[in-house]
Amino acid sequence: MSGSELIALGILGVVAPALPGIAGKTKSLLTGRRGPPVLQLYADLRKLLGKGAVYSRTTTWVFRAAPVVVLVTLFVAALLLPVDGREAPARFTGDLVAFAGLLALGRFALVLAGLDTGSSFEGLGASREVTIASFAEPALLLCFIALVLVTGDLSLSGMLGSPLAAAWPRAGASLSLVGISLFVLLLAENSRVPVDDPATHLELTMIHEVIVLDHSGPDLALILYGSAFKLTLFGVLVLGVFVPRAGLSTPAALALLVAGLGVVAVAVGVVESAMARLRLVRVPQLLVGAGALALFATILQLA
Amino acid sequence: MRDAAQIVLLLIVLSDLAILGTSRLSSCIRGLAAQGVLLGLLPVLIAPQLSIHAVSLALGTMIVKAVVLPWFLAWAIREAAVRREIEPIVGFIASQLLGALAVGLAFAIASRLPLPALPQPLLVPVSLATLMIGFIVLTTRRKALVQVVGYLILENGIYLFGLTQTESVPFLIELGVLLDVFVGVFIMGIVVFHINREFDSLDATRLTELTD
Repeated sequence: MSGSELIALGILGVVAPALPGIAGKTKSLLTGRRGPPVLQLYADLRKLLGKGAVYSRTTTWVFRAAPVVVLVTLFVAALLLPVDGREAPARFTGDLVAFAGLLALGRFALVLAGLDTGSSFEGLGASREVTIASFAEPALLLCFIALVLVTGDLSLSGMLGSPLAAAWPRAGASLSLVGISLFVLLLAENSRVPVDDPATHLELTMIHEVIVLDHSGPDLALILYGSAFKLTLFGVLVLGVFVPRAGLSTPAALALLVAGLGVVAVAVGVVESAMARLRLVRVPQLLVGAGALALFATILQLA
Repeated sequence: MRDAAQIVLLLIVLSDLAILGTSRLSSCIRGLAAQGVLLGLLPVLIAPQLSIHAVSLALGTMIVKAVVLPWFLAWAIREAAVRREIEPIVGFIASQLLGALAVGLAFAIASRLPLPALPQPLLVPVSLATLMIGFIVLTTRRKALVQVVGYLILENGIYLFGLTQTESVPFLIELGVLLDVFVGVFIMGIVVFHINREFDSLDATRLTELTD
């Protein structure tokens, strides 16, 4: 293990809260408003960390554990990703299933915390989150299967590392389909616009936001940071497919990482201002469509 | 050229899946028009050298499949005032899954067919997939106009299969086929229009009831 993966992970941790800010700023500028500053989330996190937490009497340790579990699962998942484009700090055969499983574990903890509050609103949000996840997870695994078939490597480091760059001229079509599918999953997994609206504050329409209504103070800070970090992780996935950086020097790869994450955030903002939120019954159709793209990429590789 | 043809073929499958997933008739027709443009590009892209034969086939295909037919269908939905497919017999999610399955099946079948060496190996699986998806649209939707769209996708699949033989099929026969399709859709459009006048609905399931 060289230092560059750890530096890349450090960069990831530092820039993560800027991504929702960039997406929000893009959305504001495109709709002719000024919008909150890009670095707003950093200020919010600092404010929340300085506050005390309020716990409802109906909640148990499940509720208190959730923010920590969410963040830890995301950090461990990040260890499996080749953030610098070459090699992840940890790799083993089949770590792609571990990656998907860790994301699912984080979601499970959050959903349990939502149910633990006993509030019907949060139960509603939990049920929606799980419904959407049940469509998003097969699609994510299908994307990974297509990548495995393209590169012939069963670990995330191999799939998104140097074999991928070599595979582009040969399997460009499959890889672009997988990239598009992953971008749709990024929007769905991170509750962005065609699936959920991060700006809404009406409980009946929220999905992710409604589960965390009862969290306050440092807990909320952890959850907000966690969702920003998850967005960044998916950004790294999309970026890894579209911009293989295996052949570059370390500073160039890291610069490209930061610039690429910025571009992904701007793309999210553009999608958010160009589209309206889909009706809830149409969301599974979008995700099945993303899954169909990944399946098609897989079939192309098998043929 | 080979890569470009491959990308065009993939886009054709994507347009199939897109048509399968939309409920709005105008989007269906737009998807069909896009597919027509892609089909028009193909003869030029797969021809070994640029010939008058290929270019005129491309132009003929584009005019009929990308301009005239979609324009005519758009006219028909405006006249008949139908906007969307409300309740297909098989839901949109299920039909999208069926479509993905059809694509898989098409590739599986094509890999087992004893085919001669083709200029573009993806041509046969894509044509089979388009054929099957056209058939799914034709059989699972209730609105007569969407069924016409399904018929056209089916025909596009046959056209794709025909492209494997462009070298040996005379030009006149292909133009004749295009003309047949055009006339067929024209008649269907007029029939649909009259059905709508008579029954106030384009729901094909209601055509089973006899009325005087």
